Amino acid sequence: MIVMENTEHENSHIIPYRTFLIILVILIVLALTSVALTQIYLGTLTVALALIIAVIKSSLVLRYFMHLKFESRMFTIGVVSVALLISSVIIITFLDYLYR
Amino acid sequence: METEIHRDDLASKTGMWLFLFTEMLLFGGLFIVYSVYRLRNPTAFHFAAQELSVTIGTINTIILLISSAMIAMSITALQEKNKKLCLTFIGITIILGLAFLVNKYFEWAGHIREHIYPGSPVLALRGQGDVLFYGLYFFMTGLHALHIIIGLVFIGVITARIMNDKINSENFVLLENSGLYWHLVDLIWIFLFPLFYLIT
Repeated sequence: MIVMENTEHENSHIIPYRTFLIILVILIVLALTSVALTQIYLGTLTVALALIIAVIKSSLVLRYFMHLKFESRMFTIGVVSVALLISSVIIITFLDYLYR
Repeated sequence: METEIHRDDLASKTGMWLFLFTEMLLFGGLFIVYSVYRLRNPTAFHFAAQELSVTIGTINTIILLISSAMIAMSITALQEKNKKLCLTFIGITIILGLAFLVNKYFEWAGHIREHIYPGSPVLALRGQGDVLFYGLYFFMTGLHALHIIIGLVFIGVITARIMNDKINSENFVLLENSGLYWHLVDLIWIFLFPLFYLIT
């Protein structure tokens, strides 16, 4: 006889198809918005807008598609830490290049 | 006689996430290299980026977004014990992943036909900025495409395991992990696309 022992039973959360479809539509609209916005000349604002939209899109992918919203907080803390690490290295590198 | 199979889904997901963190740092480092070179060669990057096809980039963005939603929905289908629907969603994911690669092939083939590739003498004549832009373009989209190929193989293995019921509605952490990997590939593209194709 085989006894399955599963120490974690938090897998039981079922996300409905509707949620994924709504998120997918939002993601496609955001992607098309960033394409449209970058086709008109807005100067340096273009870079900021494109990156803000990318951050919004990635947080939707992380929260819903990658289930972060429904998982242990540990994973969210990890992702935020990685994002902060990368952005602080970018800031420090740019401070060096711009003001050396 | 009793055989006890120990299973810890949280631990296997934690392992997957730790691996994904290293992937994020890998691409994060490349994004830093890209932004520094862009800062130092603004004009060359501006004109080089205009040569990339926004249309192919947009199509590939939408392809990856849909494929991500499909693999996410395959987990719901398996949880609801609908194996057939689950396999259908996974099948669509694989087809879309292949479609992405086909687009990428035509895109790269177009550049190479115009003698634009790392180490090309024609590209070298255009100056250091163009060499840097296209070097990073080929390396970063190439590394991303390699991740797509690995993701497709991973999902292929998972498909076989779902077919012979090794992965089922009670035990699907492997499907979740392959989904996580696929979403990461999508996540990287979400940043690659505006950086290379949109910001000119």
